[in-house]
Amino acid sequence: MKDITPTDGRGFLEYAPAPESQAILHLKDSYGLFIDGEFRDGSGGSFQTISPATEKKIAEIAIADSADVDLAVAAARRAHTKVWSKLSGADRGKYLFRIARLVQERARELAVAESLDNGKPIKESRDVDVPLVAAWFFYYAGWADKLDYAGLGANPRSLGVAAQVIPWNFPLLMLAWKIAPALAAGNTVVLKPAETTPLSALLFAEILQQADLPPGVVNIVTGAGETGATLVRHPDVDKVAFTGSTGVGREIAKAVAGSHKKVTLELGGKAANIVFDDAPIDQAVEGIVNGIFFNQGHVCCAGSRLLVQENIHDEVVDRLKQRLSTLRLGDPLDKNTDIGAINSREQLERIRALSDIGEQEGAERWSAPCDIPESGFWFAPTIFTNVTTSSRIAREEIFGPVLSVLTFRTPAEAIAKANNTPYGLSAGIWSDKGSKILAVADQLRAGVIWANTFNRFDPASPFGGYKESGYGREGGRHGLAAYLKGASA
Amino acid sequence: MSRLTIPKTYKLYIGGKFPRSESGRTYEVSSAEGRFLANASLASRKDARDAVVAARGAVAGWSGATAYNRGQVLYRVAEVLEGRRAQFVDEISSSEGVTAAVAGRQVDEAIDAWVWYAGWADKFAQVAGAGNPVAGPYFNLSVPEPTGVVAVVAPQGAGSLAGLVEAVAPALVAGNTVVVVASERFPLSAISLAEVLATSDLPAGVVNVLTGSPAEIAPWLASHADVNALDLLGAGELDWVDLEVVAADTLKRVLRPEPGLPGRALDRILAFTETKTVWHTKSTI
Repeated sequence: MKDITPTDGRGFLEYAPAPESQAILHLKDSYGLFIDGEFRDGSGGSFQTISPATEKKIAEIAIADSADVDLAVAAARRAHTKVWSKLSGADRGKYLFRIARLVQERARELAVAESLDNGKPIKESRDVDVPLVAAWFFYYAGWADKLDYAGLGANPRSLGVAAQVIPWNFPLLMLAWKIAPALAAGNTVVLKPAETTPLSALLFAEILQQADLPPGVVNIVTGAGETGATLVRHPDVDKVAFTGSTGVGREIAKAVAGSHKKVTLELGGKAANIVFDDAPIDQAVEGIVNGIFFNQGHVCCAGSRLLVQENIHDEVVDRLKQRLSTLRLGDPLDKNTDIGAINSREQLERIRALSDIGEQEGAERWSAPCDIPESGFWFAPTIFTNVTTSSRIAREEIFGPVLSVLTFRTPAEAIAKANNTPYGLSAGIWSDKGSKILAVADQLRAGVIWANTFNRFDPASPFGGYKESGYGREGGRHGLAAYLKGASA
Repeated sequence: MSRLTIPKTYKLYIGGKFPRSESGRTYEVSSAEGRFLANASLASRKDARDAVVAARGAVAGWSGATAYNRGQVLYRVAEVLEGRRAQFVDEISSSEGVTAAVAGRQVDEAIDAWVWYAGWADKFAQVAGAGNPVAGPYFNLSVPEPTGVVAVVAPQGAGSLAGLVEAVAPALVAGNTVVVVASERFPLSAISLAEVLATSDLPAGVVNVLTGSPAEIAPWLASHADVNALDLLGAGELDWVDLEVVAADTLKRVLRPEPGLPGRALDRILAFTETKTVWHTKSTI
């Protein structure tokens, strides 16, 4: 095979900068809380949201304290009782269709805002995140007047007020996963975006105003973990939906114990990506790269443990290194960028710390040769080989562009190693043999399994974990049912 | 001259065997009028752990059996229970203090519940699964799979046999294995049911029955890292909020208590399933 490894980290396929213009954004200097259909000041002070690629301030964001959360929950309760639960399913659906169309109309603006605030490459926010946001609203819009077919019998009812707390890795997409099914089922919402990525949710609030959504149906309260904790513990909340770390998920499960609240938790993962020796290697290499380096590895279902059959280990690792050497790391707004910025200094420190531990525990570290910008938070795509199953980089979620490579000899060994984790969110299988894929898929204890592909998402496809990756599903009919109760309940 | 009867020793049911409690403890079970009926085993923490080990060991075989096979085994339980109907009627009337007719209706409900759930084994996945029309060249299928080991606090009041069956049978349908803490006051029919299960082709360890104090045993099951789900159905009189809090440490699936008997419901089958979604590429041809 021809050696295409660049010697200086560039060389091969050099591109001129192609930055997406920020002129499409019309940001305000500061953003308040979105409560009862209006932006208003928060009582808990404010914080700055910054671009992780430059560390420059984007806007000042209000912090919701417990009084603000009270107001937001009260607004959602009022809207549920007086407006949203009385509206016909068809009309709820029409609002959701409007929102889907407005997202499409303002897609480029949303993508730029997302990449600016989150640090993800514009090609991902433009081609993955924002199109899926529109698709999610479009899908659930159609469910709103068909709830009798959601699997809960005739005349299912909404739960009431949903408290939703979302992470920073897919800010607007996670908002859509939460809000679209909740509203379709007739619930109203108080949503808290992540502290480091509030921007796209606030632009989304403007979209809700353009859609003329009745006040209080969706309320957005910004702030840090404390705001989220106050929200999920609020006694007048009927449903809690959380995506984030397993640690916080545990705290939420404890906080709602003994209450009437229904809970959906989408938590961490340490997915195995299993490559058999009969796999289409070129596709598998692309899939491995997509599995762990998509979105800088800030993906709960990332394929962070590569399980490769022993006899093809060297070939796969060599090809991976060659491929990673061609990835372009840098300005998230550049259309040629493959690897953007790490979302925050805190996350960068965690990735660095766990990677150092990997080295200390005897694994062999290789990082792609790429220039690291001077300001901002960056981490070069990194592979660890000679990783043992007990190593912390094989057990703990790193949530960054770091791949741990392990080997296996037989399918049974691959299955045992893949399942040897308290997590169970996702897994990948690469083989040209369909019967083997189906047999292995049967044995894997994970909620989403990708065969000869990875990191695919669709509003029609249920997503969620086994074991300590959480419970409940988002997407599809299952995701709708998570916001409903049967008529007799 | 009347014949002297042979009373039964009631023990635990763990891993297909009937051991006494490793603690050597028993407690007295009396009839509604206060007459001595038996010394039931007072299960300990160690017994609970042994039961979890047995249940975990049985998961692969039971969940790996075909749905048709699981359905036949559950139906077989109904057959064997029907054959021992008179024994259960006697046991329930003396322990719960009800007439033979009332006890008979309870046994009938227990038998019919096994039949009802047996029939779901090869159907619930069709109702709860889905073929998903994703926007791309992928085959995409969602199927419900068993959660794993389910710990159950059985209903504690009268109707002990029907309550136990309605608590345990739905968890078995999908291929889960069960550790159940029987009614503290009415434990005898639970152990007699274990004898039915042991002779119904149900593999050892699929159901494990503990008698004793739910308040003592349930916390160990709630905190056990190898238990996947906790059914607090009959835990309404316990400090069940604490059990739910402890269960959150390992993110167990928890069903909160319900008054009375649960009845039959598809929801109870689905409560202990996990939806697995498999994507597979389609080639371009």
